[in-house]
Formats: sequence, C-alpha cells, structure tokens
Amino acid sequence: MPGQSVGAVQSHCAHFSEPIELRSGGVLPAYDLVYETYGTLNAAKSNAILVCHALSGHHHVAGHYADQPDNIGWWDNIIGPGRPLDTDRYFIVGLNNLGGCHGSTGPSTPNPATGQPWGADFPMVAVSDWVEAQARLADRLGIDAWAAVIGGSLGGMQALRWSISFPERIRHALIIASAPRLSAQNIAFNDVARQAILTDPDFHGGHYYAHGVRPVRGLRLARMLGHITYLSDDQMGEKFGRELKNGSFSFDYDVEFQIESYLRYQGDKFAGHFDANTYLLMTKALDYFDPARLDGGDLKRTMARTRAGFLVVSFTTDWRFTPARSREIVAALVANGRNVSYAESSLNFGHDSFLMEDSHYHGVIDAYLRNIVL
Amino acid sequence: MTGHTLGRADFDVIAGWVEPGHRVLDLGCGDGSLLKRLIETRGIQGWGIEIEDANVLAAIGNGVNVIQSNLENGLADFAEGAFDHVVLSRTLQTVRHTEGILREMLRVGREAVVSFPNFAYWKNLRAVLDGRMPVSEDLPYQWYDSPNVRFFTLLDFEALCAQMGLAIRERRVLDEKGNPVEAGDDRELNFLGSLAVYRLTRAR
Repeated sequence: MPGQSVGAVQSHCAHFSEPIELRSGGVLPAYDLVYETYGTLNAAKSNAILVCHALSGHHHVAGHYADQPDNIGWWDNIIGPGRPLDTDRYFIVGLNNLGGCHGSTGPSTPNPATGQPWGADFPMVAVSDWVEAQARLADRLGIDAWAAVIGGSLGGMQALRWSISFPERIRHALIIASAPRLSAQNIAFNDVARQAILTDPDFHGGHYYAHGVRPVRGLRLARMLGHITYLSDDQMGEKFGRELKNGSFSFDYDVEFQIESYLRYQGDKFAGHFDANTYLLMTKALDYFDPARLDGGDLKRTMARTRAGFLVVSFTTDWRFTPARSREIVAALVANGRNVSYAESSLNFGHDSFLMEDSHYHGVIDAYLRNIVL
Repeated sequence: MTGHTLGRADFDVIAGWVEPGHRVLDLGCGDGSLLKRLIETRGIQGWGIEIEDANVLAAIGNGVNVIQSNLENGLADFAEGAFDHVVLSRTLQTVRHTEGILREMLRVGREAVVSFPNFAYWKNLRAVLDGRMPVSEDLPYQWYDSPNVRFFTLLDFEALCAQMGLAIRERRVLDEKGNPVEAGDDRELNFLGSLAVYRLTRAR
C-alpha cells in the first residue's frame, strides 16, 4: 500500500472532573485520558475516526515522537497520507483506555484518596466503560458522531460496543479479528495468564508498587502464553521449526529451541514495561464482554439497536478469534437488514495478522473508507 | 465462483422481477455490478457473496455489501426466509453441489433467480458436432481453463426442478445478443436459447 507515515506526533492529556460510574459498580471521581490525533478535523466535524486499541495497545497509534524517532505507533502502517486511514481525508483519534498504563488513569496512577497508586483498588472496567469514556473525549473534541470507529481484537469489541451503545454517534464500525463474546477456551487462556500474575510472590495482592517490586515473572509467563495464541501454528513452524540455538541438545532447561528463545524475549520485553494490574483488568474486560447477554444471548436482538454500516474482517489463520466468530456478527447484522461487508484474509500471522500490512486486507479497509461520504 | 462480469442481458430480466425495498442476496456477486444496478434503479437492499479477493475488493469499492465466503459451504449463516430473492447469475454451472445450493437458496429466500448458459444452444451443439467444445458469448472459456463443472440444458434444469419439487414461476430465454427468444415449443427454445433465466419458488 503506498502512502506515508504521519511523521512526528505529540500526545495530549484530557482531564475529566465529572465522575464516571462503571459497569462493575465502581466510580472514578475524576480521570485523565491521554490521546493523539492525526490529520485535521473538518469544519462539519464529520471526518473523525476513532482507533481503539487491543489488550496491550495505547494512544501512540501512528507516527513517531520528534525526540524518539524509533518509537513508532503500533498501527503506523495503516495511518497516514495515502494510507487506508488517510490523514489527508480523515481526523484520526487514538487514546489510552481507562485502566491502561500509558498515561491514562489506571492502577499505576495515584488514587486521589490516598496519594498512592490505585493498585488492586482500581475498579474493574468493562468495554462499555471505555466506550463511555471515549464518548466523553469525543464531546471534548467537538465530535458529535464518528465517521468510523475501528479496532482489532479487543479494539474491535469497542467498535462493536459503540454501534450498540451510541447508534446515533457512529456512522461506520470496522471490526477486525474480533468476536461478539469470548469462548470458554478464550477465557481459559486468560485465566491461566491471570493466575501466573496473581500467584507471583511479588504481586502483593496488587499493591506491589509500595513494595518497590513488580510481578515480572508472572507477567512474563502471561505474555508468553498470550503470544502463543496470537501466532499461527504454520507461521511458528515456518519461522522457528525445531531449530536449536546451539545446534544440538544440551539436556538441560536453558533456552534450547529457537521458539523458546523468541517467547522468552517477547515475555521479558513486555514484562519490562507493562503494568501487571492493567494486564489483569484488560483480560477481565475481554472475559466480561458479551453485549448480547442482556438479550438472553440473542445477538440478533442486540444488533437490532445498531444504525451504522459495518465492515467485518477476519483472518483464516487466527485461531484465537476464528473467522466463524466474525461471521456470527455478520449473520446478526444481515438478519437485521444492516449494511455489512465481510472480508476474510489468508494472511499467515494468526491473530496478529490484523497488525500486518497486506494488499487485500488493507485494500478492503481503504476501499470501504473511501466510500464514506463526509 | 467467477461471478457475472460478462454480459448483462440477464440483469435486465432480474431487475424486472424485484421490487423496491426487497432484500436481495446475490450468490457469486463478482464486483457487485448487478446489486449496484438493482440498488440504483430498483431501490432494493442487497448483499452479495463472493470468494475471490479481487472481486470482494471491487464490490466494496462499488459500495455494495459483500460477504467473502465459499458458496460450496452453504448458506448456513442465514436464517430461513431472510431474503425476498436469492440470485445465482451465471454461476450454477460452476457449483459442484447443484441440488444443495438450490435447496439452500429456497430455504433462505422466498424466491430463487437462476441464470445459466444453455449447453443445448444450437451453436454449442454445432461446435461439438464439429469436434470441439463450444466457446461463445455465454460460454466464454476454453475447456481447460473453464470454471464450469456442470454442463446442462434448459430441459435438464427443468427436469431437476420437477424432481426437487421446485415451481418455475417465470422463464426467460435469451439469444447470444441478449434478446428474448420466441419459439413454438420447449424443444425449439432449448435449441435457440443461449442463456436462460428462471424464477423459482418452493412448490405450494
């Protein structure tokens, strides 16, 4: 896909002093949301696209910081002049969700009641809470309705939730590599990841900040496990096979196979910077996400509330959220007579495919967004 | 599935059979040109099914709802009676499970619209008599690169409909130029028609 990067970008912080009541019953008296924007909001304020992040994402979606040229946004390949999320045409907004660990209010930020990090006292947040907070950010930016809300995986769930919670404020929802609710297997993987963190001796019931430690071992295991579910078996086989680091068996428990080396590296890298409480919260938000729950599980009834147009995309090698999960969303939309297109990409990167660049995948998003009348 | 990027003669016929507001599902919709036309000229609401990446991309570019999926896997995602019309334009001859797809079309749709090239068209028969497989406006492929896996005639199709208990509501037979064919009887029609378009329902 031709096009350029958005170049140097800056992040902003919006403070909200109105309390937000959360799905869990908890209340945040005030909160900050960090966000970035790319492109220019037009006079009619009709060209705004919200990009929602997945489990480990944040507000730095595209471009780089002037003083950190290597710190490139996590979805840079799809955003910029001439790219599918074309900043010559659209005003793109990315934020760090509530409960995050990249600047927005979360477990690692101070609890105003104590002055200490919230830790385990940070209330549970649900996808619907994120969407509510995003709506308040939209108000702040003067955006009545998004031209589109887009996201992959947990980000796609936010786009789906937007279409149900605020049908009049979202014109198009782009739901990629996502699902209308987690399966038992999905929840099982999340729980093993959580158990790794919760049983780490350095976890201290979530108040590890006060002890000057972090549950790095648990977080590392959680990420290693998660990473396995993001890749496809084929891709792992192609990339690593049974290749040995030192050419022969060493009959010990050190790193031997290349896949072990890779997973440990990914685990270490992630555990080095991510907050374990945020990881716990994000996985619970995934587990709880089930917009059809209040309709007795009938997604068709739930989707009757939507008004947006939809583009749903899945990847044949994604075994975390398989194409069948995306087709559940498509079927519920067609049953309601909604406008929906669905594309299935054969990109070979499993669940992580949604972050990759591919002519069919990006072409479909590009074609869909170019047809939106601003 | 190749979709119908070829002639458009059957589009006119199909346009005459749908009503504004109808829900139309187009199987093997190609670049979505039939649906686009039905939306613009007849005010229908449409969805297409297509398997080829390039066609899916083109259909989305045309602003048409398209669902990337393999017809051979059936229409299980759609509820009974979800559509007013289910269209299979110039595609039945490429589908292996002929009875399955016809049955599915009339499960999810009130009416099925099917068009296909007639193998018994006299020019096709003459080609075979001359010792070569036919290549024509409606059968534009060489035998070795044809997506078609089923070769049948008007009379064959009608026999299958009877066997499956499907009612033929209307039938239009067109020549290679897309003009309607007039004939004294079915046998003559089978001989003179290059493309057939049928409107089917379940038998009452």
